[in-house]
Order: sequence, then structure tokens, then C-alpha cells
Amino acid sequence: MTDPTKKPTPAGLQLDNVEIFQGPRKLLGMHAIIGPGEILTLMGASGSGKSTLISAIAGFLPRSFSCTGNILLNGQSITSLPAEKRRVGVLFQDPLLFPHFSVLQNILFALPPGGKMAERCDKARSLLHDISMGEFADRDPDTLSGGQKARVALARVIASRPNALLLDEPFSKLDADLRDSMRQLVSAEVTRRKIPTLLVTHDKADAIAIDGPVLTL
Amino acid sequence: MNAKSSPLAIVPALVLALLLIPIGVATLSLLGTALDWKGGWWSHSLEPLQSASGSFEAVLNTPGFWTSAGLSYWIGILTALISLTIVMLFIATFLSSGWFVWIWGIMKPVLAVPHAVAAFGLLFLIAPSGFLIRLVSPELSGFERPPDWLVVNDPAGLSLALGLILKEIPFLFFVTMAALPQTDFRRTRIAASMGYGRIWSWFLSVFPGVYLQIRLPVFAVIAFASSTIDVALILGPVAPPTLSVRILHWMNDPDLSMRTTAAAGAIIQVAITLLAVLTWWAGEYLVLNLGRMAALRGWRFKRDKFLRFLSSLLMATSVLVVSVGLVLLALWSFAGVWRFPDALPRVWTLRSWSAEASNLWATGVRATIIALGAATLSLALVLASLENEYRSNRRATRLAWWTIYVPLLVPQIAFVGGLSVLFIRFSIDGTLWAVILVHMIFTYPYIYLTLSDPWNTFDTRYLSVARSLGKSMNRAFWTIRLPILLRPVLAAFALGFAVSIAQYLPTLLIGAGRQPTLTTEAIALASGGNRRVIGTYALVQTLLPLIVFALANLVPKLLWANRAGLQVRSVE
Amino acid sequence: MHLSAIRSFVVNIVHLARYFLISAALVFFVSPAIAAEHNPDPADWDSVLAEAKGQEVFWHAWGGAQNINAYIAWVGRQVQSRYGVKLTQVKVSDTANVVARVLAEQQAGRNEGGAVDLVWINGQNFSAMKHQGLLLPYAWSTSLPNYALTDFENKPVLTSDFTEPVQGLESPWGTAQLTFYYDSANLASPPKNLEDLESWIRENPGRFTYAAPPNFIGTTFLKQVLYGLIEDRELLFSTPDRQTFEAATAPLWAWLDKIHPDLWRSGKVFAADTTHLKTLLSDNEIDIAMTFNPGEASSAINEGLLPQTTRSFVMDYGSIGNAHFVAIPFNANARAGAMVVANFLLSPEAQARKSDEEIWGDPTVLAMSKLNAEQRRYFSELTSGAATLDAAELGATLSEPDAFWSTALDAEWLRRYGGQ
Repeated sequence: MTDPTKKPTPAGLQLDNVEIFQGPRKLLGMHAIIGPGEILTLMGASGSGKSTLISAIAGFLPRSFSCTGNILLNGQSITSLPAEKRRVGVLFQDPLLFPHFSVLQNILFALPPGGKMAERCDKARSLLHDISMGEFADRDPDTLSGGQKARVALARVIASRPNALLLDEPFSKLDADLRDSMRQLVSAEVTRRKIPTLLVTHDKADAIAIDGPVLTL
Repeated sequence: MNAKSSPLAIVPALVLALLLIPIGVATLSLLGTALDWKGGWWSHSLEPLQSASGSFEAVLNTPGFWTSAGLSYWIGILTALISLTIVMLFIATFLSSGWFVWIWGIMKPVLAVPHAVAAFGLLFLIAPSGFLIRLVSPELSGFERPPDWLVVNDPAGLSLALGLILKEIPFLFFVTMAALPQTDFRRTRIAASMGYGRIWSWFLSVFPGVYLQIRLPVFAVIAFASSTIDVALILGPVAPPTLSVRILHWMNDPDLSMRTTAAAGAIIQVAITLLAVLTWWAGEYLVLNLGRMAALRGWRFKRDKFLRFLSSLLMATSVLVVSVGLVLLALWSFAGVWRFPDALPRVWTLRSWSAEASNLWATGVRATIIALGAATLSLALVLASLENEYRSNRRATRLAWWTIYVPLLVPQIAFVGGLSVLFIRFSIDGTLWAVILVHMIFTYPYIYLTLSDPWNTFDTRYLSVARSLGKSMNRAFWTIRLPILLRPVLAAFALGFAVSIAQYLPTLLIGAGRQPTLTTEAIALASGGNRRVIGTYALVQTLLPLIVFALANLVPKLLWANRAGLQVRSVE
Repeated sequence: MHLSAIRSFVVNIVHLARYFLISAALVFFVSPAIAAEHNPDPADWDSVLAEAKGQEVFWHAWGGAQNINAYIAWVGRQVQSRYGVKLTQVKVSDTANVVARVLAEQQAGRNEGGAVDLVWINGQNFSAMKHQGLLLPYAWSTSLPNYALTDFENKPVLTSDFTEPVQGLESPWGTAQLTFYYDSANLASPPKNLEDLESWIRENPGRFTYAAPPNFIGTTFLKQVLYGLIEDRELLFSTPDRQTFEAATAPLWAWLDKIHPDLWRSGKVFAADTTHLKTLLSDNEIDIAMTFNPGEASSAINEGLLPQTTRSFVMDYGSIGNAHFVAIPFNANARAGAMVVANFLLSPEAQARKSDEEIWGDPTVLAMSKLNAEQRRYFSELTSGAATLDAAELGATLSEPDAFWSTALDAEWLRRYGGQ
């Protein structure tokens, strides 16, 4: 039952007058709502503070920076929550697969706790299957190609069932031919799972391929 | 991120308490003894033995004092200069070559060899009655008796410096290797492509950055070399010996009034060490300016083939000498009658081993327990310190670095005596825990020093990923950072273990004879000069840390056998 | 800031640190229970035995010789089975470390429960401990049951340790006499007086050395030479003024100046101690070594360290002799146990075993005339090696000079030769 006196809680990721400062200097300000399954592309040159914004939303803002405003996820403020309680997934430029885990273990690590081990393994395998990495489950991540690593990284972040996804130039280090298929894969997964997503990039091609709203810093 | 409430926040205070309070209090008690303050807790019932000015006067008026002091000063600088030069030339020559990693693999075990063991090995090798002369006698050399050559214990301390250099080379190699990943040595190639010689390119483009990082370890080498006791007793000059050995003699003088002389001597020793470090500092400026001048004039120094050859020759020789020394110690431990000029023992026997078996076992087990304890606790404290630095987003300041280095920079003889009075005062001497605690003063800095670089170069985005996947800071530490850094963590642990095994003075004084370890027992037995017993103990003393080093190497290899990302790769 | 101000500042800091540490200690460490002072009386031997039973005695003894360590281990087994006393040898590299240890405990105010129960000691270390109040402060050794068997009437070295009166503060264990040894295969007839020694050294450069003073064997060599050169030996038992000292020692320095260029390593390096001398002889680096233990050469032969042809000799004008003892520190924990060990060391069985060259070869302190037939048999079964001199060959014993001479000779030697 919903409380009629309250406004219906807006689903998605809401940046409410978020401003980021380095010392006294204002780096950037942003006010935006990203709906479920929507991908907002934020364009900016390097050094414009895009990555810092990602850190702020995910909860790893370095001490030398400060952040004002409010960050809401499905109507709940996450501004003062520690990173691990925000349920905001991040994909970096590098896939950053944990080198001491196998591909499957990387996914298992990300799955929310609970359930029998066999069930968890099934879940992880089906996630890998979805990105056509099914037969690589027991491989050492270091032996995968760049494109394969990127797909596993995507599967891993999806596995953690994030309420929002932040993409920090995730395609910039991929070869040109892989880049397109990866963009499509990300876009498809995000839409299918209705995850509000923020993509920061300096590459116009990303914005064009994703075909969503674009903000430029 | 709020680190204020974290229990890790008390770690810096703990470290300070571990490193500075004992040394501070002990140093003050030393000053108290030397200056003869009455009523302090250090002089509970001891009547003043000598007037304050008297003790310093006594030191300065000792015959040959200036020679002794000069020796300590000179040995400190000479050792650091030669070992640093060899290591730097070698790395400049071979960094990009394949067998660099291979040499490094051979070098690491040498780290495990205690200084005194390396010194004995060298003695048995190069003494006039040693192995080298025996090899060529009497057939080639015509020596029926050992030649009367002044090779070891030479008055200038050259053999002493040589013995120290053998051990400082792997140490400096070790710290340089830790510093390398933080330096971009593609710069060497840019310089080389402009026609600069290989070694010179390295010195112009990479050396300054690397040197900044290994500067404190270099100072530690100077401090250690200028104040060493065990190596000086084995290889150093006799008449007069180095200042540190004289302090030991004063401390051991039956005339108890000499204790104040010893305390004053210890303070002067600190001053000499400091002077040597300051001289080095001045030398840095000189080298910097000369190098800059040569660079700005565009000198290329292309013809460095000989230097490259020399550096590899010296490096190989240093490893070889230590290894052959160990073999000689092993031979002696099984030797019956072995007189000059026989190259090998005439009679072989297990007598030294069987006579000492139970004692080796008992003291070896205790030494292992102490070393495991000290290394484990120090490692835990270092990990907590580093994790605290990461979480509070503060890197260790210069001041903190100096603090960590204090136990390595202050000569042991200057403060361990005062420390033992402190321990007796609180009746905690003679226990296993007290010895472990004292060892931690020395294992902590070495472990911190070894681990901080790999720790800080770790890509913390892995931790960000883990946390964005919903794992806590602690979880990320245990499941991500620690396993990935397992190799450097275990390597640091092994070094700490080796450092603890080799501790003599602190074990002796704090252990109160209740906690004899392999090393205290070895030194007591070595005072009889029986080479067979020395060989026996030296071997076990080397073997224990070697086993731990080997395990530290092996465990990550087995554990991460199928994880290419965690295997050592050559430095690209 | 004035020096005094700095000083008082530092003193204040020290006091602060002290209070901080003491209060910390009170929180963290339980204070050890202070035992009531107990001073066992050996005259009432049964009660000493009763008290000793079950005690653990930590005996700090030089650990540089395997044969001595093995002998001490045997003593440990005996006192365990006979008296229920557990004996642990704490092997030390230098007895002075033990003095330092007890001194540190005294400074720290630990008057009970000290780490050292028994210490192997003599000479300057004994003198230092005695004068600093570091020894159990009453005559206990003279009341030990076996003390009556010692030859204290005829051997002054047992009652006067380097001219320091023993006064029952330490219990005799063995005797020593400066003895030289050599390989008769290399050296047919060794030089037995200073004149011969001097000319032999000059004819055989690089084949002789002595230990650098203040090592005790080096100092003893100086005293031995001085005995042979000094005009008035009585002077050695007094404390002369500087002028007299210089005049009396002038011949000694002149003699040393003559031999030094022809010493091993041209006199630029000296041996470190007796064991170093033994190693040098064993390596054939030198031809003559010296020791305080007349049985040293024979036991070294038995151990395979020296060739069978090794022989001993002494100077024909007599040689410096002394004794070594065991003492109990003022704060020893197991005093009764320590006394039981000291008494066992004086038993004919233990003394005979000690003088056995297969075991150690250290001369006994007992008087054969005081032993009964059974006790004497322990000794009569012993044989001594060819390298050991018998009592007649050992010749006259020269008493240790006054302690002044050791210190003064060391200092003068260091001044002349220690700072080249």
C-alpha cells in the first residue's frame, strides 16, 4: 500500500544538485534523473572530473574531494552510505578481473550471498552463458583476450544485481571491432534488466552508438 | 569514508610505542649513565662511578681512539659506496636482459645468510691458511706452511668491508627491486636512442628516481656497517679494533667504572654514524652536480663495455664467495683432522653434529618459535599500518619513514643495554614474549620496508570493484588484496624471520640466559674458535631462514599455479 | 638555553617517561612475588640439601669448549640423580657479560630472583663483583663439606684470587698455570727463557705471536715477561707511582720493541685469545702457542685438533699460576641448589673426571694427602698424555701481581702498540 500523502518515489538514479569540489574549487555540478533501463551519456574531455563523479556516486570519493547535494537511488538517499551498501555497480576502463580467482569464481564472488553452492554455480554459469562465455568458466582470467575479459567484467557486475550501473570509459581500451559489439551487449543487458546507467566517455562514437540522452560537461 | 571510528586508527600509536619508546627511554638511560645523573631509575643503587666529563675524556684519551673512530666512519662509507655501485651498475647493465630474473632468484637466498655466517665463510676462504691458499699448496705455491700475509684483520679494515659488502649487495638489490616498479624505465631507451651509453642512460634517466626511494636503506647500510660488532670481531682489525668492538670491550671490562666509558663511547658511536651519513649526504650533492654537468654537456659515455663486464663479474663473484663460504662451513662441520695444506679434510666425522644434536634441536626450535612469533606479529602490525594508510588515504610521511628507520639507524649497542635494564625493571626479561617483543623492534622496519612498495603500487580499483559488488572493506582486504599480494607478503615475512633468527645482542640481554637461541648459542660456542662447531651452527642458522624463504617462494607458486596474472614476470 | 636547563629538561622528560612506564607496567604486568630473603647455611648441610631439592640452577659458564660443556652436562646429570637439582648451563661467550647482567639487575633493583644462580669466574671479574656487592655476601664456600679436601693450605691461589682475598665468596674449581705448547715435529727444542725466546723469534720471523691485551692471556704474557726482566719482584705486589712503574717496565717495552717486527703478521695483528692461538698453531701459522690450562695440548690432541707430536713447556724461571672458581650472585634465585652444585664440583669423583685428559684435563684443587684410599683411586686410574707436564716439570708457580699491574700494563701496551 502506498502512502497517498507522499509523492510516488521516482525509480532510477537521481542526482540532486550534486556538486563536486577539489578543496575550494568547484569541479562540476550535475542535476539529472536516469530512469530504469536508461543510459545517460556524459561527455567531457579528460581532466573534466568525469571519473571523480563516478567515484562520488559509487562511494569512493578520495579525501581531497568533497561532494554536496544528494544522490538518490529508487528514491532512497545513498549519499552517506558506504560503497558496499549502495548497490551501485562500476565498470572501469580495465576489466580488473581478480587474478587469483577463476572466471567462474569471479562471478560467484559478485553474486549476492545466500543459496546453496550448486545453485550459485548454476546461476553464475547461466550468466556466463548469456554473454557467450559459458565454456570459459574454469579458465584463468589472465589467459582471456581483451574482449573476453570485458564481457566477464560485465557479467560480474550484472551478477551483483546492482540498482544502478556506472560505466567509466569501459570501451576505450578495446579494439575498434570489439568496441561495437560490446556497446550493443551492454546496452542490451542494461535495457533487459532495467538498470539506470551512467556512461562517462570522451568518445563521441560511444554516445552515438548508445543512442540515449547526452550531457556534455 | 569515515576512518575515525576504525580500530585501525590506533595502529600508528602502537607502532610509535613499539619503535620509539624503548629506544627513547634506553637512549636517555645511556645518556644518564654517561653523564652520571644521580637519582634516575637507571642508577637505582649504583654509586657514581666516574664524573660526567670524565667518561668522555676517558674515551677520547684511549690510545688509538681516533684510529678506531676513523675505522668505523670509513667502513660505513666504503661498504655503502661499493655495494651500491655494484648493484646499480649491475641493474643498469642487465635490467632488460632475460637472466636478470634468474640472477635475482639466486641472489634472494643470500639474504637469508646471517652476517656472521657470511663472515666466517669468507674467513675460511681467504685467510692465509684458508681454502684458496690450500687449493694451490703446496704444489703450485710451494707453501708448506701458510704464508705470513696480512689478508684478514688488516688494519685498514678492508677485509671487514669486504665481508659486509657480500651481505649488503643482496640487501640493496632487494630494496632496489622493490623500488623499480614505480619507475618508468622506458626513459632509459629514450636516452639510449640519443646515443648515450647503456649504463650512463640508466644513471641519467632512472637512477635519480630509484635512488630517492632506496636512500634510507642506504643510510641503514652505512649505520649498520659503521657499528657492526659480530663481523668486526671475525674480520676486523685487532690493534686497534673498530669503535663498536671497543665499546663491547669496555662494557665487558671487569672494572665496572668502564661502564660509563662504554656509555660515552656508545654516544660517540652514534655521532660517528651520523657523521658518516652526513658525509654521504654531502657526497650526494657532489655526484648530483657532477652528473648534471656531464649530462648538460652531452657526454655520451658510450664505451661502457668494460664496466658492464666488471659489474657482472663482481656480482657473480659476490654470490659465489658466499656460496663457497657456506660449502666450506659445511665441510668443516664434517671434518676430523684437517690441517694445512690439505685442501679437503683427511678424516671425516659426524662428531660435531652428534655432540651438538640435542642442543641444536632445542635452541633451533626456540629460535624458530621466536622468529615465527616476531615475524607474524610484525607482519600483522605492518598490514594494519598499511591498510590504515590506505583507508585514511594518508601515505606515510617523511617523518614516519624516519621513525620506522630509527631502529636500523641507531647502532644496536647504543640502546639495547639500556633496554635490558628497562625490561629487568619491569621483571619481564627472560621470557619468550619479551624476546619476541624486542625482536619486533627490528623485524617491523624490515617487513614494512619490504612490503610498503608492493602494497602501495597495488591497483586499488580492484578494491573499488569489490566494494561496488557489495563487499565490505574488511572483506575486500581478506579476499582480494591479501591473496593477490600473497607473494610479497610472504617474502616480507621470510625476511622478518631471517632478521629475527640473526639477532644476537637483544636476545642475549633480554633473554637473560633463559632463552638461548641458535644465534646466542652459536656465538658462545664460537668464542672457543672451534671451526667444526662454528660450521655446524652456521649451517643450521642459514638453513632455517632458507627454508622459510623457499616456502615463501613455493606457496604462492603452488597456490596460484594456474593463475598467470600472479606469477613473477620479468621486469619489462 | 643553558646546558643545565637542557639537562633538567631532559631529566624531567625521563621522569615523566618513568612514571608513565611504571604505571603502564602496573597495569600490564603482574609484579613478581618477592620471596623472603633466604641465605642457606652450608654448615647445616642437610637443610641445604633439603632446600636444594627440586630447584633449577642456572649456571652461567663460558661455553666455547665442547669438552667443558660436555663435562658440565655430566655434572648436571649427577646432581639431578643424586640431589634432585636441575642444572642448566647458560653458555656465555665472555664472563664479563654475566657481571654486566648481575650489575644491570642490581641497578634495576632486583634483589631477589636474579637470572644467575652460579657463575664460573676468577680474577678481575671476581674482584669487580666483590667490590660492587654483586656476590652472596657471606663466606659460604669454606663451609662446603668438600672444601676440607682442597689444598688451601699449600696452594695460595685458592685463597687469593689474583691477589684479591677470596674470603669464602667463591668456591675453587680448578687451577691453571701459564703453559706454552708447540709441535715437536716443527720445533726440536723450544726456547725456555726470554733470551732464547727473543733470538728464536728473530731467527724465525712470523712464527710467534701473543694475544692482544687486554685479553687476559695477553696480559698474562706481559706479566710473565715482566717477571723475567724486572729487577725487584717485590714491586709487583705493591702499587707504585707512575715514575717507578715506568722505570720498572722499561726493560719489558724494550724487549717487546725488539721482537715485534719479527712477530706473526709483523706485529700488526695479534691473536684474539687462547683459542685463536690454538687455531693458529693447528693451521701451522705459528710455532708456539700459550694457554692457562696445562692439559690443553693433550686434550686438543685427543680431540684431533692438534697433531700427536704436540708438546708443552714452561719458562725456566717459573710461570704465572692462578685458580678458577664458581660464585653465587647476591640475588641468586636457587642459592641452596647452587651450593650443592659447587660442593659436587669439589667431590673427588668430579675433580678426577675433570682432570682426565680424555674429558677435559684441568688440574684438581684437591690435596691427595687428604683423600682416603677409595677417593684416591679415582685419580690413580688417570693417565696423562705425552703433551702434559707433570708437577715437577711445571716448575715454580709465580703469584699473580697486584691488580694494579694488569690495568697499568694493558693501558701502556694499548698506548704503545694499540693505535698504530
